[in-house]
Amino acid sequence: MTMLLDVTDLRKTFPARTGLFGNVIDRVHAVDGISFSIAEGRTLGLVGESGCGKSTVGRAILRLIEPSSGAIRFQGNDITKLPPAELRALRRRMQIVFQDPYSSLNPRKRAGDIVAEPLMVHGIAKAAERREIVAALFAKVGLQPRQMGLFPHQFSGGQRQRISIARALSLGPRFIVADEPVSALDVSVQAQVINLLMDLQAQEGLSYLFISHNLAVVEHVSHDVAVMYLGRIVEHTDKASIFARPLHPYTQALMAAVPVPDPSIRRDKKHVMGDVPSPINRPPGCHFHPRCPLAQPRCRTEEPVLREVQPGHRVACHLV
Amino acid sequence: MAPVLEVSGLTTVFHTRGGIVRAVQDVSFSVEAGETLAIVGESGCGKTMTALSLMRLIPSPPGQITAGMVKVAGTDLLALDEASMRRMRGSQIAMIFQEPMTALNPLLTVGRQIAEMVSLHENVSRRAANARAVEMLHHVRIPAPERRAREYPHQMSGGMRQRAMIAMALACKPKVLIADEPTTALDVTIQAQVLDLIGDLRKELGTAVVLITHDLGVVAETADRMIVMYAGRKVEEGRTKDLFADPCHPYLQGLLASVPRFGGGEGERLREIPGIVPPLNDLPKGCAFAPRCQSAIGRCRDEVPPLEPKRPGHAAACWVT
Repeated sequence: MTMLLDVTDLRKTFPARTGLFGNVIDRVHAVDGISFSIAEGRTLGLVGESGCGKSTVGRAILRLIEPSSGAIRFQGNDITKLPPAELRALRRRMQIVFQDPYSSLNPRKRAGDIVAEPLMVHGIAKAAERREIVAALFAKVGLQPRQMGLFPHQFSGGQRQRISIARALSLGPRFIVADEPVSALDVSVQAQVINLLMDLQAQEGLSYLFISHNLAVVEHVSHDVAVMYLGRIVEHTDKASIFARPLHPYTQALMAAVPVPDPSIRRDKKHVMGDVPSPINRPPGCHFHPRCPLAQPRCRTEEPVLREVQPGHRVACHLV
Repeated sequence: MAPVLEVSGLTTVFHTRGGIVRAVQDVSFSVEAGETLAIVGESGCGKTMTALSLMRLIPSPPGQITAGMVKVAGTDLLALDEASMRRMRGSQIAMIFQEPMTALNPLLTVGRQIAEMVSLHENVSRRAANARAVEMLHHVRIPAPERRAREYPHQMSGGMRQRAMIAMALACKPKVLIADEPTTALDVTIQAQVLDLIGDLRKELGTAVVLITHDLGVVAETADRMIVMYAGRKVEEGRTKDLFADPCHPYLQGLLASVPRFGGGEGERLREIPGIVPPLNDLPKGCAFAPRCQSAIGRCRDEVPPLEPKRPGHAAACWVT
């Protein structure tokens, strides 16, 4: 299988500032050395709770924020080293869809112009031709081409997310980062957008990095799944294995916590205690040890490395 | 057992420039002590407006409760003057909100806010009120409650703030707790903890809980009974088990089919409900769901279907099923 995207030891730290003068007191390790790859036409689901760094990964891959270190190879080129002009050309191949279809669309622009903007920025096609391209994109994402003249507020949440998807598709990308694309939508509409993303993948062979906190949605759309906790991947394998037999105690806790929409299997579950620690002040050793029911003395001092415990199944835990 | 909360014919409208918005139309239900009733629906279905109407927190104008009765332990809240209503809030009926950061006062310590609530309703000394605050924080499983009582909301995590808000809501042991999307802003591991907590406290204190949520998973795990709302009306009601096993209304059928599930089919298409919820100031003439409904017949477009029993203890408002 050819890898479309290959991320190696990606890191991103932010300065933690305090006080009136914004003195840097520490560094936040938002993404702390993660590696993964995504093949053509495949979806990697990136799961984790708030503050685990999953959105930072998505943005760093597109260099919307500059990674601190690490390599990001897209179709073989390391994009962390590309000069701006070449990076811009490559951006045509990699796009992003954001969570909030309310704040990610300019309210003063017409929907058609929003979708046409990437074409204009990249100098593709003349005005008349552009209109045709945009009309085709509208039809492709399930909007009416006659809605091109409307403003974002005249659309519902699900329709706005369709506009975002049309915009992301306008340059013919191979890879899309979908950052919580359905989290702001109602369930009935969520299903529409998930189906659209999956149809587009089937038609165009797109690859997705699908970032979400919703495990059921991730299970539905992904081929592979990586679970993040405080800046690191703690488990990474194919979808069937991770949902059938999660190995990391955090993955297990996450799955046990998801409410199941079936009252006949209401279980008496033991839920993981405590809060997610702050990424500024991460516990030493395994970051999960203060909440882990199985923690041993070793977990408090020694960092577990992500290693392959079964073919294609990577886990970062001393006990697996 | 007599229900502690009885709502009948509740109707709330908003007078806006775009016309009259019918947020809640003729909604009735009752909840017994120690029972959890879930109100389920998508955004704009009127579930939060129902909750705010029960608390009489509808901003007026433009909002107005035009009909109905809300009885808590026999007292009709809608008939009370504002001063009497204020005495009911907190002591008889309390509410927790989705985002505790906006519901708590950022300038007061958490302990002070809980104590204030206690001294408002009970004739106790300041010291006793403070002691009750610490006791309540302990009760909602906050570690080191003496220290946490002296903290401000911003010093707490989201899950901890939600616990603090529950502590405040339950400080005067109200008979009814209304929880409006109490875990929607929380991470899934924290959500599980908070839902467990609400369940435990309900058993310990015998509080009747009205849980408002869009998450069918949360409903399945916590509610004894549920009502489904669509476009301001109750469209289905019954025991949670029965509604999940055998949904009658096409809307609930569609909702249940559109949720991705654990261990669901391999890359199968999810069932969609086409279209969107109609605007509440421009509702269709008949059943509000008819334009999105695949089973709709002529009658559905002309007449609003009444809620009628379809199975024992299970009612739905649909002409077809």
